[in-house]
Amino acid sequence: MTTEPIDNQLEDMSNALSKNQWNHHNVLDLDDFSHTEITTVLSLADRMREILDRRIPRVPALRGYTIVNLFFEPSTRTRASFELAGKMLGADVISVSASSSSVQKGESLIDTVRTLRAMRSDAIIIRHEMAGAPYLAASHTDASIINAGDGAHAHPTQALLDLYTMQRHVGDLKNKKVVMVGDIAHSRVARSDLWGLSKMGAQVVLCGPPTLLPRGLGVSERPEHAKNALPFVQIETDIDKALEDAHVVMALRLQSERQENGLLPSLREYAENYQVTSSRLVKAKSDYLLMHPGPKNEGIEIASDVARGDRSIIEEQVTNGVAVRMALLYLLSGRVEPTQINERTTV
Amino acid sequence: MSTLAIHNGRVIDPALGWDGIADVVIVDGKIARVGPNEGDMVVEADRIDATGLIVSPGFIDLQTHLREPGFKHQETINSGTLAAARGGFTTVCAMPGTIPPMDSRSAVESVLREAEESALIRVLPIGCITVGRNGDRLAPAGELKSSGVVALTDDGKAVADPNLMRHALQYSTQFNIPIAQHPEDPSLVKGGQMHEGWVATRLGLRGRPASGEATMVARDIALAELTGAHLHVCNISTASSVGLIRAAKERSVNITTSVTPHHLNLTHELVAFNGSYEQINYRTNAKVEPPLREEEDIKSLVDALADGVIDAIATDHSPVSAMEKDIEFDLATPGISSIETAFALSMNLVHKGHLDIPTLIHRMTIGPVRAWNLDRQEGCNGLGTLMPGAVGDVAIIDPNLEWTVNSDLFASLGKNTPLNGKSLKGLVIKTIFSGEIVNDSTKEQVNASE
Repeated sequence: MTTEPIDNQLEDMSNALSKNQWNHHNVLDLDDFSHTEITTVLSLADRMREILDRRIPRVPALRGYTIVNLFFEPSTRTRASFELAGKMLGADVISVSASSSSVQKGESLIDTVRTLRAMRSDAIIIRHEMAGAPYLAASHTDASIINAGDGAHAHPTQALLDLYTMQRHVGDLKNKKVVMVGDIAHSRVARSDLWGLSKMGAQVVLCGPPTLLPRGLGVSERPEHAKNALPFVQIETDIDKALEDAHVVMALRLQSERQENGLLPSLREYAENYQVTSSRLVKAKSDYLLMHPGPKNEGIEIASDVARGDRSIIEEQVTNGVAVRMALLYLLSGRVEPTQINERTTV
Repeated sequence: MSTLAIHNGRVIDPALGWDGIADVVIVDGKIARVGPNEGDMVVEADRIDATGLIVSPGFIDLQTHLREPGFKHQETINSGTLAAARGGFTTVCAMPGTIPPMDSRSAVESVLREAEESALIRVLPIGCITVGRNGDRLAPAGELKSSGVVALTDDGKAVADPNLMRHALQYSTQFNIPIAQHPEDPSLVKGGQMHEGWVATRLGLRGRPASGEATMVARDIALAELTGAHLHVCNISTASSVGLIRAAKERSVNITTSVTPHHLNLTHELVAFNGSYEQINYRTNAKVEPPLREEEDIKSLVDALADGVIDAIATDHSPVSAMEKDIEFDLATPGISSIETAFALSMNLVHKGHLDIPTLIHRMTIGPVRAWNLDRQEGCNGLGTLMPGAVGDVAIIDPNLEWTVNSDLFASLGKNTPLNGKSLKGLVIKTIFSGEIVNDSTKEQVNASE
């Protein structure tokens, strides 16, 4: 394939990014992103989406940039999404599956990251079953670390793709009502979405059975001085109330081990009380959007007809995921000087 | 005959109700005389000028992990007792979670032999409640008692089975030995990494609910009432534990309790934040069991310490290696290397006006001694006091000296403290054990640490 000239659009975009617009070396969570930075990512994702929709979706913007997917947990979609995002921008991408049982102790996470950096990796994308692992990695290397999901803590690239997808349909997210239904307590997606949505001014409602709601999200559960230490959110255990006038409804994956651990009587009872169904969705806005971070259990947290219905944008989330990750990789590469881009283009 | 005269300090002995300027004279390792100008009567003596300083009985710690045998990369009896001496301690009770654990005479005797060789201060061993700390069979309490242990505990593991705990308590009554419990219900705190609450939610870490402690404390109080045994509740951390123990003491249950300096001063926010809520950390040096709790808990603990519901400050000194902390939070070994900062961190309560100095000294000297009747042990006559004839153990304190914590300078092999870089006010300047100076931190040395 010959190189298609890198877009003028891309060039415009990265031409004059001020610190204000982008000031990240790592992407660990959205809690330290400003509204402006999120906007930067989403605008660039828009350009990337245009590239994605071409007949040959490939530009050489990241030629010579090396990306390693370091996954300590099995993953299909996130891993493929990052891999394709890197490749579409012409980067070298490899994927390493490391099971934490073979890598016994955390010293090895540090070792692995340092080793990968010694091989001149520029960005390391980490998924890990333990919260905070990407932070540990970031404190031991100068490669860019992207958090692709750490325990029950964060999944910032999923949140950015969710924001991007919502924004494409509803425009400005300010005061839009977004309802997340399901296992909030164990959901890194919910936590990162919460940060992203609140930075964009959306109104967030979390809905689930009490055993699957984390403690401390209610403002009254925090001391006065820490009121702003978590985003403001409304908690609702009654799904019918939660869905009222919702612009966006997001169902979260329910893992069967919640039942095994005694947090739920049964999956059937969960489905009866919390499944997102068409009859429940009549309470939502007529043009509501239905989302799911996947992989979904149809018939448990979401009814099949709804998941495949015409308000569902679940598949679009997946496509947008590639675009958003392209945007992030591009921003992290630091190749924002137009001269550099021109150089690359002429290869 | 060796004589040490400590001149002109503010002598505080809460056991005897003393608080005034006086001299302390130690002859042949025992307190000889205490009183104004007593030192001037002694002709030949080593002399220390304690003008402007506080002279207190040496501190006693009910809970020190010396880690030897089994974990010499974390601490040894030598390094741990040197660290204790730096902190003003002259007696430490050594926790039994070693390898092998202290569940037999031979294990206890080997520690006593090693202490004889390499300890700088007095080491009183603690035995296990159950064999191997496994929680299924009672360890031989009689054998342990006769080999010199001062209490029984399964260390950081609570005895989960209520029936076994009942029997442990019941059996202990014939030996008059306290049963000390780390009170967290294993089922409620399973997999928990820090206090359950909003900080854990923000970090995505599994929590250890405060009620995990309360349920165990309530159960053990009921069993202590049933058996009449002496229950000691270790390192309590919650307001509800305080309430339960307060009520139990009011109905004269045979119960004592202790709290760590960190649970009295630090909250769960320290795990995640450093001044601002914008960025998070996973500070494994603040990972400890029981976990650091909330402001409300601290308030209750401080009140209970002040009014005597809490008998003693115990450090729960838990040194671990850097490798065991520079790791994913879930994998990090819990614990704080606390014995060298224990007094200074506790002084924070005095500087804030929550506690007076004599009360603080009480909870670090005669408080722990009475909790476990340590002065009945061999060679512990008058422990925790400055009465003539008592062991010649003294801490000389500058209550207002400001210094900055730098764990690289710890005597402990465990550099694991969340206080690094923090400024504390109050320092033990000299520690005297049996009439010998075992710690001499001059102002210059401390300032060199900055």
